[in-house]
Amino acid sequence: MITFRIKIWQIFLFVLLINLFLGLNTIYAEENVPANLNAFDRPNDAGKAIVVQWQTIPADTIGSNNFIGYEIYRSENEQGPFEAIGAALKGSGQYEDQTTIDGRKYYYYVKAIFKDTVFSSTVIGPVTSKAQWFNTARINVLIFTIIICFLVVWYIERAKKGDKLFVRRISGLDAIDDAVGRATEMGRPILFSFGLGTLTDVVTISALSILGKIAKKSAEYQTKLLVPNYDPIVMTAAQETVKQSYLEAGRPDLYNENNLPFLTTDQFGYAAGVDGIMLREKPGAVFWQGYFFAEALIMAETAHTIGAIQIAGTTAITQLPFFIASCDYTLIGEEMFAASCYLKPDPQMLGSLKGEDTAKAIIMIIFVCLVVIATIGAILAKPMPIINQISEQLQNWFTAR
Amino acid sequence: MRNQLPLIIVFLTGVLLIVTFFIPHEPFGSLEQRFLVWFSIVSGFTMLLGLDSLTRYHLIKIRDKASGWAYSIVLLVGLFLTLGLGFYSWARYQSPFTLGSPFMYLYTYIIIPLQATMFALLAFFIASAAYRAFRARTSEATMLLVAAALVMLGRVPLGGWLWQKIVDLVDLIPGTNLAGLKNLEIFARINDWIMDIPQTAAKRGIYIGIVLGGIAMSIRIILGIERSYTSGS
Repeated sequence: MITFRIKIWQIFLFVLLINLFLGLNTIYAEENVPANLNAFDRPNDAGKAIVVQWQTIPADTIGSNNFIGYEIYRSENEQGPFEAIGAALKGSGQYEDQTTIDGRKYYYYVKAIFKDTVFSSTVIGPVTSKAQWFNTARINVLIFTIIICFLVVWYIERAKKGDKLFVRRISGLDAIDDAVGRATEMGRPILFSFGLGTLTDVVTISALSILGKIAKKSAEYQTKLLVPNYDPIVMTAAQETVKQSYLEAGRPDLYNENNLPFLTTDQFGYAAGVDGIMLREKPGAVFWQGYFFAEALIMAETAHTIGAIQIAGTTAITQLPFFIASCDYTLIGEEMFAASCYLKPDPQMLGSLKGEDTAKAIIMIIFVCLVVIATIGAILAKPMPIINQISEQLQNWFTAR
Repeated sequence: MRNQLPLIIVFLTGVLLIVTFFIPHEPFGSLEQRFLVWFSIVSGFTMLLGLDSLTRYHLIKIRDKASGWAYSIVLLVGLFLTLGLGFYSWARYQSPFTLGSPFMYLYTYIIIPLQATMFALLAFFIASAAYRAFRARTSEATMLLVAAALVMLGRVPLGGWLWQKIVDLVDLIPGTNLAGLKNLEIFARINDWIMDIPQTAAKRGIYIGIVLGGIAMSIRIILGIERSYTSGS
């Protein structure tokens, strides 16, 4: 017969091991309780949102299979009952509760969910959400807006008082008369396209002023002007602009609405339509003014094959190289916006242009200063970390939100 | 007053939208989105204007037997067939965009291939435009040619292969051992540098100019200095 002799010290060891295991479990539990819970009204918003933040638990690591994620609970009373309002994935220490009612008090706690157990944080609150009357994160934008507006208005006033303001030559705009004249001499029409821009694009409004100038010239020379359109609103504005220009030129009889048709709102359908018009009508001068996408090169190359003089202008940075490669003249970016001032150089227009240039100079000076500070900060990172900190703070301040 | 009213509306709307950018509180916070919804509704109705213009343009072409008038017939038939199938699919399948509906069939097997065909033409046009742009007539054009050639080599497998052959060739010279540089992918690195430094700098310069020009233009529009959109000079 097998007998077990249990000694006192063995019982003691067994009890000690059991206690040790339970103790470890307690430590494990305490570690995995979401700590540093914080809840606050989401800043700079229209209300109805509270942000809940917590410190991620040690078990929340890559490769941790047992830990699932976090669950967020909310109640209007500190004692409960709490209801689950959402969940956050592993690695996340934040949740935005966007279902709050402004002015009402809320209490929150977070649960760390494991496959076999859960650990709950302490309750935090009360927190209320409210709408803000000013977005403090955009104060940098406000300051720059005020500066730019002030400069524009100030230079307009100076120009009105008789200050002479210089505008450099823009060859693309100077060439408009030559292009219209060339088409007239060849007995061919002129084609103008706004691309895929809509009237909400500032560049399309700029293009309208260029169209006005071209339409006036074409009316004077009695040359047919074709404007195929992608957007019906732009078509209406273009029709009015051309009609007005023909009227100013004293040739309202030459205006024909069918020369400014709507084609389609399909990108490549529009490109095909414009290409077809160009191949049939063989325009002597083609103007690409507005906002363009991938259809730009298809149309510009087709115009090149029919031997038309081409003047392009766009703010679409990705299409500028294509226009520069295939057109005779290209208005690059801001030159488009300067077009109306250049074509109609009255004091108000020129003043706004000067204001814009001054704002640009100020921004360039700020850029150079920031680059110098950041470079010095990087060089002297160890002996003088303060410069790096200043540089980072300045960069953060200038970051638009 | 007839001329002033649009300018007053533009001024008030412009100022209001600038203000809403800084005020998240209702009713200002959601005003921009609301305006965009209004714009979508208005632009939806203007499609009727477009339809009227397109139909009239092609009917006149057919009537006058203008150059390519037969294509106008194709266009009008296509236009009204699409419209008809859209309404039919709407009535039959609750939505014209239901898979298997005649409208979606038309879209999938006619419109998408047509769009793809036009888009594919771009490859040939890029080649012809690049040929003209890269002719080394001036020092600037030569720089452009060299930069473009390096970028192209850096983006295709040929660049990597070429670099390995260059290293092999140099290694033939007695006393040289460049085997360690074989995996350097020099053309890819040059491509990265061109794209990240000079290209990005130029692009950002243009972009800053566009943004500032846009702001100045917007101020001119809001203040009523720029009136081209009202067809007023």
